[in-house]
Amino acid sequence: MVDSNLSFVRSEMLQEQTPPLAERGAVKWMRTNLFATPVDTALTIFALLLIAWFLPPMIRWLFIEAVWTGPDRSVCSTVAQGGIQPDGWSGACWAYVNANFNQFMYGRYPIEEHWRVNLVGIMFVLLLIPLLIPKVPYKVANAVTFFFIFPIVAFFLLVGGWFGLSYVETPLWGGLLVTLVISFVGICVSLPLGIVLALGRRSKMPIIKMFCVIFIETIRGIPLITVLFMASYMLPLFLPPGVTFDKLLRALIGVALFASAYMAEVVRGGLQAIPKGQYEGADSLGLGYWQKTRLIILPQALKLVIPSIVNTFIGLFKDTSLVTIISMFDLLGTVRQHFSDANWASPQTPMSGLIFAGFVFWIFCFGMSRYSIFMENRLDTGHKR
Amino acid sequence: MKNIVLKGALAASALVLLANAASAATLDDVKKKGFLQCGVNTGLAGFASPNDKGEWSGFDVDYCRAVAAAIFGDGTKVKFTPLSAKDRLPALQSGEIDVLIRNTTWTLSRDEQGFDFPGVNYYDGQGFMINSKKLSGINSALQLSGASVCVQAGTTTELNLADYFKANKMEYNPVVFEKLEEVNAAYDSGRCDAYTTDQSGLYSIRLTLSAPDDHVVLPEIISKEPLGPAVRQGDSQWADVVRWTHYALLTAEELGITKANVEELSKGDSPEVKRVLGQEAGTKLGTDLGLTNDWVVNIIKAVGNYGEIFDKNIGAGSPLKIARGINAQWSKGGLQYAMPIR
Repeated sequence: MVDSNLSFVRSEMLQEQTPPLAERGAVKWMRTNLFATPVDTALTIFALLLIAWFLPPMIRWLFIEAVWTGPDRSVCSTVAQGGIQPDGWSGACWAYVNANFNQFMYGRYPIEEHWRVNLVGIMFVLLLIPLLIPKVPYKVANAVTFFFIFPIVAFFLLVGGWFGLSYVETPLWGGLLVTLVISFVGICVSLPLGIVLALGRRSKMPIIKMFCVIFIETIRGIPLITVLFMASYMLPLFLPPGVTFDKLLRALIGVALFASAYMAEVVRGGLQAIPKGQYEGADSLGLGYWQKTRLIILPQALKLVIPSIVNTFIGLFKDTSLVTIISMFDLLGTVRQHFSDANWASPQTPMSGLIFAGFVFWIFCFGMSRYSIFMENRLDTGHKR
Repeated sequence: MKNIVLKGALAASALVLLANAASAATLDDVKKKGFLQCGVNTGLAGFASPNDKGEWSGFDVDYCRAVAAAIFGDGTKVKFTPLSAKDRLPALQSGEIDVLIRNTTWTLSRDEQGFDFPGVNYYDGQGFMINSKKLSGINSALQLSGASVCVQAGTTTELNLADYFKANKMEYNPVVFEKLEEVNAAYDSGRCDAYTTDQSGLYSIRLTLSAPDDHVVLPEIISKEPLGPAVRQGDSQWADVVRWTHYALLTAEELGITKANVEELSKGDSPEVKRVLGQEAGTKLGTDLGLTNDWVVNIIKAVGNYGEIFDKNIGAGSPLKIARGINAQWSKGGLQYAMPIR
């Protein structure tokens, strides 16, 4: 090969050639993903037509024709509707969201006390972000602060009545504040309580097992609306007269218990998926029940069910809207409540408000979902099938 | 099933709540607390709705302020509890609120269930709205035979509608939705020929339609909905405070006493005005009621007279533009008639 004088043998290496046009870049991607078969081609064209049909009017409505600021309903209604827009106009009324933004975030929490909510929000974010990033050290201290110290501080700050802070009663809370408070408490209570219930249900001790089964099956058998209704109307009946519970507290208890029952079944699914060999292996190492559970079983079981756990969290987050039926106003409830403000009543208002609420919910749920995928990949030990 | 559970829970709670209802002397309790707890609608345009600063405003809300002003001389000493149609009566019965001013219809059964209605602050009635462009030539609800009618689920409105069409031997096709916005959207998109709810509601819904001027409210009223404040039964002193607050608002309108001129008129020399405003020598009208003698002055200073409240919230001065109609003073052909304050 080295000293070939034969003219038909190449003496130098060929330069790498770019693949033919049809086999690279966008063309290749489209040929494999969009136009691989006649059916694919037809579906692609259909989808493109569909997008072309509804995307431009949507963008027009959402952005181009939309009204961003204004004092009242007149900017969002046409002349015939008593406003200033030309007839036939249709666009999103972001001015409505803009004007009521503080209400949507804080509810009727006194305006001069909003800094307290903001402070709690900042603390929440500052504690949560390092907790979520695996590389940041001091995880235990961070977690203790986040799950034990933060709720207490937040409680004192939000409710007030101490240290010279004025007392803000919970019926004044509303909007995103209520949504986040309920889902934070629901999530933080339901996971540990759900694990305990799941372990209890698989316990060999009959009384504990029976209690857990009855609890889980009762709560799961009732719709959340009924749980809230019971927490709001039945709970006071079991208490001595004169003793009243805060309505928000009742809703928190209701939501937390409800989510725990679901969480218990999710965790139980994970426990059952662990092969028997793991239990026996742990036993043969001489580990006690709690050591076995804590070191061998739960880490594997919880990892298996991350998607379901997050699913339950997302469901819980969205279910907080149901508190409107007991006259508490979460984000969606507040948005809907403000539809009745005659100063903003226009044909565009409800749609704009609902889209805004949907967008805020989506941000939170999408965030949770992406983080769970990140965690799944990080904890992946190659056993995924 | 769910409904049975809910109803059972409600009935049980109502029973127990009846047993430990708040003490009889509400006026003393309110004075001791230092504020009035008033139950209002969670949101009804013109009657009670929070604005973009979170302050409540509306016709019913001003009535709450009027009662607070009568007691404390200060219309701001009131806290609002927004209540859904379901929780309003249990909330009043349990003492969670002192007075319910939430467009509640005065009916025999409610009066018998442990409530008292001191007056009627708004005479409402169920009516129909149609698109006059689409259904030109129709000017009476009796011509609606065969029409599809948009209505909200689970309301007395739905039952009244059925009664009315049955009584007039007409066919109709109900289009029922759970949420108000859904009914509005369905009607606006032309899914039904007519929309039925309380007339005051029809006016506020008209604001949200794409072509309000095309829609007319038909003259027929198919039900009587006298809306008024409600209090717990068995506390006549408290009921009197609420009742006479209502009459004071009406009397002030009758005598031309407004927010602007009340100060001036109380120094004037019309004997009737002086009596109402508590300026007569040795008067005991206010103190006998458990209030101060200048209670009417306080009310009018806080919220204005009935006509002013009406105009500002639901009448010509508001986006709703509801006509006074049967809510005009008796002397102008309406039903609002105040008993004499003397």
